[in-house]
Amino acid sequence: MDTGEGAATMPEDARSALLAAVRSATDAVRDADVDGAYEEVARDYRRHGEASVEARLELLCERLADYGVRVTRTSGGGVANAVAAWAAERTVRSWVVPPGLPDAWLARTRDVDVVPDDADPRALDAADAVVTGCAVAVAETGSIVLDAGPGQGRRAATLVPDAHLCVVRASQVVELVPEAIDVLTAAARSGRPLTWVSGPSATSDIELVRVAGVHGPRTLAVVLLEGA
Amino acid sequence: MSATGPERVELPYLQAASEALQDAQQRRNLANATTTIRAKRAAVTAEMSDWEGLRSAGKAIKAHALANLGHYLERLEASVTAAGGRVHWARDAVEANAVVRALVRATGTREVIKVKSMTTDEIGLNRALAEDGVQAIETDLAELIVQLAGEAPSHILVPAIHKNRAEIRSLFVRAFGLAPEALSDDPAELAGAARRYLRERFLATGVAVSGANFAVAETGSVIVVESEGNGRMCTTLPHTLISVMGIEKVLPRWRDLEVFLQLLPRSSTAERMNPYTSVWTGVHAGDGPQAFHLVLLDNGRSRTLADEIGRETLRCIRCSACLNVCPVYERVGGHAYGSVYPGPIGAILNPQLRDVRRDEALPYASTLCGACFEVCPVAIDIPRILVELRHRTVQRTRERSPLPVGSAEDAAMNAAARVFADHRRFEAAQRLARWGQAPFVRRGVIRSLPGPLAGWSAVRDLRPLPRQTFREWWRSREAAAGGHGGGSGDDA
Repeated sequence: MDTGEGAATMPEDARSALLAAVRSATDAVRDADVDGAYEEVARDYRRHGEASVEARLELLCERLADYGVRVTRTSGGGVANAVAAWAAERTVRSWVVPPGLPDAWLARTRDVDVVPDDADPRALDAADAVVTGCAVAVAETGSIVLDAGPGQGRRAATLVPDAHLCVVRASQVVELVPEAIDVLTAAARSGRPLTWVSGPSATSDIELVRVAGVHGPRTLAVVLLEGA
Repeated sequence: MSATGPERVELPYLQAASEALQDAQQRRNLANATTTIRAKRAAVTAEMSDWEGLRSAGKAIKAHALANLGHYLERLEASVTAAGGRVHWARDAVEANAVVRALVRATGTREVIKVKSMTTDEIGLNRALAEDGVQAIETDLAELIVQLAGEAPSHILVPAIHKNRAEIRSLFVRAFGLAPEALSDDPAELAGAARRYLRERFLATGVAVSGANFAVAETGSVIVVESEGNGRMCTTLPHTLISVMGIEKVLPRWRDLEVFLQLLPRSSTAERMNPYTSVWTGVHAGDGPQAFHLVLLDNGRSRTLADEIGRETLRCIRCSACLNVCPVYERVGGHAYGSVYPGPIGAILNPQLRDVRRDEALPYASTLCGACFEVCPVAIDIPRILVELRHRTVQRTRERSPLPVGSAEDAAMNAAARVFADHRRFEAAQRLARWGQAPFVRRGVIRSLPGPLAGWSAVRDLRPLPRQTFREWWRSREAAAGGHGGGSGDDA
């Protein structure tokens, strides 16, 4: 077999034979109007949350705490203090700061070297932490979603460093998974990569004992910024 | 360490199951694990007021996608290609392995990192890569354990469920070249050892191979759901990413994820959400792999798609909830099923995907208790499909039989059918059995039956038929009450 890059695709006959086999298998059941048939799928589940804003934020904090995530609730200029306090407590000397992260959030942090988010993986590995914003957060599941937008960085930047501090604006918090999927539609359609994070990395592979912290950041912390 | 694991010796189910039942350690591990996860799953699904609505939607979306699979596969191909990825088609394991081998060869690498993927296990990719001198490093903790032990996974979700911490510790000490006193059997410490061992590989390896939990036809998004971060590492750090996906994994539209990202984690790891879900679309300039290949695998799926029970089976999202509730799986473990797909779903998937004759015993590896159907997030009626597959086995046996008349089993079943069809015959049979059982009842239990029935009583004790049946009791009650026994007289 030719080993050139272009030769990897199986000959056209694999594609057409596979598709023909699929079509002949589904002859009796496939829809003439596929889009119309799709719309008829019943969606009898919650698509819009009913909790008040306060209850929603409360739920997010509770679910994050279940994953062992420390949450600091603050508002206005308090975010800079919360970020600085977290960095000081962990004695962070260097961290990754993605482009587009509001300067005000770092206004009170001193003596921390900034590693650019496009640094190579070994430089990221040497950084003590990463600080980002997010695209949306889901209260019911305690999830934070990054969509490579401003202040969120490349995927490696939130993966390789051992601690991740994420600032979540209260206005970004939705109650349910379907609401988050809705918010993310534009990002998905424009092909941006998404990372859903629900607590620090974990494994239960050894006797089903949950161990927090495997390959992803072993620490995840959240600053919940209210009134924003 | 072994790169590929040994050639898997697949014993027939009955023999493998008998051997597995002798393994007391495995039975203890399995009982602990499945009991724990069953309780957790029950809790995180019970808290969802709309769980049944999500199950119905999951079932309907998958059924729709499978009925129109050709349409959605072409759409997926177009979306992935437009986003800078390349799509490859493979009719079987040999073609899929050839595609991946050619892609890997073109990069010149000697090592690839892998995210846990049942599909690549199904096609035996690691062995195929080894033929080119390429080592495939499993990065999921359980898969790593299984790979280091030179074994096969025994559970969809927790492949090393059959190993306890002491066994894992000795494996790691040997494989990572550690001093025995340097590592305890604390799970956190064991996970830490694996982290150190794999971190360097993540940073240095240029090619990764993954599976995919879902792919969205509309957007070209590919989704990997995981816990440890090895999935993120593999789908983010290398220059080249090759994802191998069964054609049944395609979802029509982006919004469908709102259903499956709820169904899958709660059913599989029994969490509200798994720690990490990665979604990527083709190639993202300056972020992540700069070459992305999606290999779409048939390998028996289009054949399975041709009938109704096959389409129902292909709805499976590989959550493993059915394994955890299955009384048979809990006792015989995953290896007995002789496939990467064990448990109730394996018992219906393997005979359809693979050579039927080889898996003929699998549909009998069930008590038909129905627990698997109740927990299935896409409502696959596994017990009904098992019964249908048993029926097909019987039909094939008849076709194979050189005799014009059926087997003794056939004759017995035909006689039983006649008896059950008529209440007078049925009641006469009951009276006859009551009389006939007398010599075999010992202290209220029948422990062994004569002749061809001996095989049945060899593995179970039976209660004898009671002195009076319910109908007899009812009639005597009505007679005593002078024909006014209440009830509507529905003795039809």
